This record gives sequence, C-alpha cells and structure tokens, in this order.
Amino acid sequence: MNSGLVSEVAELTVEHLTLVLISMAIAIAVAVPAGILITRRAAWRPWVMGFANVMQTIPSLALFGFLIPVPLIGGIGKRTAIVALVLYALLPILRNTLVGILGVDAAVRESAVAMGMTGRQLLWRVELPLAARTILAGIRVATVTTIGTATIAAAIGGGGLGVFIFRGIASVDSTQILAGAVPAACIALLADGALGWVERRWAGRL
Amino acid sequence: MSALVEFREASYRIGEREILKSLTLSIEAGETVVLLGRSGSGKTTALKMVNGLLFPSAGEVLVDGKPTTAWDPVRLKRRIGYVIQEIGLFPHYTVAQNIGLVPQLEGWDGLRIRERVEALLGQVGLAPEQFASRYPRQLSGGQRQRVGVARALAADPSVLLFDEPFGALDPVTRLDLQKQFLMLRRDFGKTAIFVTHDVREALMLANRIALLRNGALELVAPPLEFLDSLGREARAFLACLDWNVEAP
Repeated sequence: MNSGLVSEVAELTVEHLTLVLISMAIAIAVAVPAGILITRRAAWRPWVMGFANVMQTIPSLALFGFLIPVPLIGGIGKRTAIVALVLYALLPILRNTLVGILGVDAAVRESAVAMGMTGRQLLWRVELPLAARTILAGIRVATVTTIGTATIAAAIGGGGLGVFIFRGIASVDSTQILAGAVPAACIALLADGALGWVERRWAGRL
Repeated sequence: MSALVEFREASYRIGEREILKSLTLSIEAGETVVLLGRSGSGKTTALKMVNGLLFPSAGEVLVDGKPTTAWDPVRLKRRIGYVIQEIGLFPHYTVAQNIGLVPQLEGWDGLRIRERVEALLGQVGLAPEQFASRYPRQLSGGQRQRVGVARALAADPSVLLFDEPFGALDPVTRLDLQKQFLMLRRDFGKTAIFVTHDVREALMLANRIALLRNGALELVAPPLEFLDSLGREARAFLACLDWNVEAP
C-alpha cells in the first residue's frame, strides 16, 4: 500500500471523526433537554417526537440533498453535513431520554416530591441518574448510526471517509471503497464498545 | 393541647366523583390517628392533603394552624415525614444517603448527618455498621421499610404520615414493625396519621380511629370505644377479628 493512501486515510479519518463528534455534541445538547422538556409537557410530545420521527424516515442521501438549497444552514460543505447528521441523531436520544425519565418508579418519584425536593432536585438527583443508562443507550445507538451515515456527507462536499467510497464507486475501484469503509466500520465498532462499557459501568452502580 | 393538623370540611373531587366528603377532624400533638377504611374510602386522599400532595377542592386543611395552600410547598413537605407501602427508597443511594437526604437538602453539615443516620438506624433496629453503606436492593422488604421509617424521621418532622406502610410485608415481619412503631412513638412522641385497611393494626396502633366509608367520616373513637361501636361499617370491620377456625 502506498504511503500517499495511508496518509489520506489518516487525514480523512480525522475529518470523519470531527464531523461525528461535532454532530453528536449538538444532537445531545438539543435532544436531552428537549426530551426532558417533553416529560413535563405531555401536549408537546407528539409534535416533538413526530418531527424527530419524520427526520429519521427521510432517506439519508435525500436529506443531504434537501438541505443544499436551504438558506443559512444549507449549501455545500461541512455545515450542511453536520445539520443533516444532527437531525438523524435526534430521535434515538430524544426517545430514550423520554422513556428513561418516564420509566422512573412512580413510588420513587412520589417519595422525592413528598420529601420536599424541588423540581430541579428531582431532575438532577433522581430522574437523570436513574434514566442515565437508558439515555446512554440512546446516545450509543445514535453515535454508531452517525458514524455510518457520515460517509454520505462526502456527497455534498462534507468530506470524511465517504470521499473514498464515492471516489471508488465512480472509478469502480474497490481498494478505494475499502479504504473508506473499513476505517468507518472500525470506528463504529470502537465507539460501540466504548459507550457500551460506560453504560455497563453505570448499570453496575444501580 | 393544640391541633397540629386540622381538616375543616375538606372535600376532594375528581370531575363528578367525590372522593372525600367534607371531612372535619383534628389531630392533636403527639397522638396517632388511624384512618381506617376499605379501598376507595378516601383515606389515602385525606392523607395526601396533609403534606400538600393534594389540595382540597373545598374546605381546607390546616397544619400548625396555617392552611396547606398558604404554606410554601417545599417547606411543608420537609416538615412532614411520609412513609408509603411501596417505600420508594432511591435505588442509586445507599441506606445512609437515603436516610440523610432531607437533612442534606436542609443544609446540615456532614458530621451531623452521619450521627443522625447512625442514631436512626439504631432506633429502627438496624446495625449502622452493617447497613449504612448497603443499597436498597441488598435489603429484605422489612429492612427496607425500616429504612423508609428512618428516612421519614430524619429531619425531625413534626408530623408523620403513613400510607399502609406495612401492607406488603409478611405477617411476622409486619408485627415486628408494628411493635417498632409503638416503641418509636414512646421514644419520640411524634404526631402520626396512619392509613390502613387492617382493623387489627388500627386497634393496635391508634390513639383514635377515624373510620371512613365512601369518602365520609363515619366515626372517630379510641380503640376500646371502637370495639363497642354498633355502626354498620365498624361492625363490618370488627367481624374480621371474630372469625375462628372451627374444630373438626
């Protein structure tokens, strides 16, 4: 294998990871608070969950395409790619935050309220710690999916390991396709293992 | 003696259904009043009105002479201990953290909380060195309920509320805890409101029994008077005591 390919793999892997990390950070920052909010406002639930569901049903290539003409967040490049990846990652995190918090034992919640916890104390001391494992599971699913989906970012000039894959498809060169697909798969496996470990560690405390 | 808790024509309704009908009852400092009744008689609803988990639809409930609606909801709840059948211990906290929670919320310092937790564990019959650092899942049902009682006593509340706290325990453990309850009452002299459907438990623990039927108060009487009561609902409950195994 020539050294040019190796250094390009390294470069695009870093780019890929950057896309994933930025997208996940934004998705978590949006979906966890939104999930908490809809545990408090049942009337908003169908709307918020519906939006996230619809986003997930749009085929990923089409979603990237749809965003190109959108002003401010659209266009060609990384920003658009990140927007699309965030929209994709929302649903699992949102759903698991909602389910995790609503799943806290009613007797535990009633005790907390009856002991004079404020709404904030109930959230931080009881609901979030007890829902943490479920929320982490959602983040794990979203991360692994995002690592795969991020390969499509190359289609709209977002860079990352997808660059190899699209180039390989265009030139019918399976070495190029593998140079993109294998590192992406490895990252996904590593992320899955690492987040799974965090999840189990948390479960051990309960 | 002054009334620590007072129901004044307190009613509670959900839609058309009247769960509690104009309850008037006052509970004096230091006494244990047992609210006795069948399922759906409104006894739990009445209990939840004391610490502001529910508010009356009409009438009012006074704690320390002040209507629950005028209390700061958090302050009111922290002054009142609450023990429920499902116990509701925090599974991610140790026994010591569970018991020390309200003192901690109240801003006690660490040493004082630790001493308090150890003293309370001893008082509910659990050896501190053995139980303080355990998690709720490592306890038996009876031990959990002891922790639940210790937790309710932690910040020295003026009133304790018990909602069928021993209902899910086996009869032997239940008797143990009922005796413990009497011992704690002797030692602390706390005011307690105790909900149960078990007439035997009511007779054993109460200074006065308040009998509820379909949301209405039928009778308030000390246990000995209750035994002689001729009311239909009281007789229905007392009949539960009379059943004997017949000789073959």
